[in-house]
Amino acid sequence: MKKSAWKFSAPYVLFLVLFVVLPLLVLCYYAFTNSSGQPTLSNFIGFFTNTRALSTLLYSIWIALVTTLVSLILAYPTAYVLARGHLRNGDVWLVVLVMPMWINFTLRVTALKEILSLIEGNLAFHPFLNSIIAMTYDFLPFMIMPIYTALTKLDPQLFEAASDLGATKLRTLLKIAIPLSIPGIVSGIMMVFLPAMTNYVVLDMVYNSTYIMGSLIGSYFNSYDWNNGAMISVVLLLLIFSVYSLSSKLVSDRTQKGGGR
Amino acid sequence: MLKNNKTFAGIWLATVLAFLYLPIIVLAFYSFTSSPIIGSVRGFSLKNYVTLFTTPDIRNMIIGTLVLALIVSLISTVLGTLGAIGTFYGSKKLRTGVELANQIPIVNADVVTGFSICILLIVLLGSTKDTFLPLVIGLVSLCTPFVYLSVMPRLVQLDPHLYEAALDLGCTPNMALRKVVLVELVPGILSGFMTSVTLTLDDYFITTYTKPAAFDTISTYVVNATKGAQTQVKTALWALSTVFFIVVLISIIAMNLNARRAAKIREEELR
Repeated sequence: MKKSAWKFSAPYVLFLVLFVVLPLLVLCYYAFTNSSGQPTLSNFIGFFTNTRALSTLLYSIWIALVTTLVSLILAYPTAYVLARGHLRNGDVWLVVLVMPMWINFTLRVTALKEILSLIEGNLAFHPFLNSIIAMTYDFLPFMIMPIYTALTKLDPQLFEAASDLGATKLRTLLKIAIPLSIPGIVSGIMMVFLPAMTNYVVLDMVYNSTYIMGSLIGSYFNSYDWNNGAMISVVLLLLIFSVYSLSSKLVSDRTQKGGGR
Repeated sequence: MLKNNKTFAGIWLATVLAFLYLPIIVLAFYSFTSSPIIGSVRGFSLKNYVTLFTTPDIRNMIIGTLVLALIVSLISTVLGTLGAIGTFYGSKKLRTGVELANQIPIVNADVVTGFSICILLIVLLGSTKDTFLPLVIGLVSLCTPFVYLSVMPRLVQLDPHLYEAALDLGCTPNMALRKVVLVELVPGILSGFMTSVTLTLDDYFITTYTKPAAFDTISTYVVNATKGAQTQVKTALWALSTVFFIVVLISIIAMNLNARRAAKIREEELR
């Protein structure tokens, strides 16, 4: 059977080709044609000469960077306490911290929005701050989880050795825990940075009307401008997959150098 | 010093927990009052829950979302499980190819996934959104990779002799696959299924770009409601948020107890 068992994968292979690979090819086709189907570079050139599109790209990166940084600052100590704080039931606390991932994000952001309105009175006064708070609120569990996993994989003897050799707690953290948990940090960054560039609904819900990359696709979708929408998607695709391949290379280099076991 | 550290750790953890849970809990509290806004105190009331379960519009939206999540997850689970079995026993080339393509929807932004399905099926092929076909295909393309990734590790861990033993004992290859291999994969298949359900319930972007105009899932409904719906709908959604929270809480407790029992059994077996 082992020779014929590959046949079981036929439906999924077909599905992947038709509905994962093909849509991306069609996307590229639309990005480089105009509305009457003529090949053109004008969408492409248009994107890179349009100041609105470019400033949107920069704003997305800015929002995503700040969100990632804030999440990392909140998540690392949390994961560290959970993994190495000698808590009773550390794994239960982890489940409690990542549980919000399973609750619909629009409902959670609604809850946050109500609280922020109560505190601030009017959300329109602090659109950037509210966006960062809402994004961090939405994505924080996705940062905590991979860091926690990376930290629990570390050999506890490393920490004992460090303290036997006279390292302070801070030094152990800086010289052992952080460098060795970089694969977890990198995948946490990936799980936060990329969605933060595109999840425009979170911004909409806290009344930040500034566009990020996702909002551009949304607005082209609403005006039936498939070609420009496809162009933005292709730009995002390139960005996402270059960040992704860069980070996976970083992680595999680390692991090969003896970071993991 | 050590005591200080512990106190600091406790305070830190409490702060992060408060950040994550306070909004949900405050909303849950106010969902049981008749107050139209958070912060003003009114008496206890179940009217939000009555609205939630009796307004036909909201009820249909919730049932529709659940049915959709079930259908999408079933299709994804079958597709992903078969895909994993096939590529595991297939050639190396096949596996590399499938795993590369499998990674695309996981890494890609949902906005782009949804938009690309929309371009292919609706714009290029002219299929109508009202058939639900673009919506189901879009969501299946998001969920199946996660099923594949949760089944594959179980296959890798599987003892290859089990299958051969089944053949020696007189099973046909198909029977051995069903009665031996598939049974061993059940935990992976279940967790893939659960992941699909939560992904579908959480999705906003793929749904927006592929759904029939008159159909709403929880996500699209909530987002529309924040753009100026009646107070009655708004506060009914507080109740929905609370119901969601309680259901997730209960299922996590159940799964955790289950996982602990399973871990204990495995520990004893390995001893």
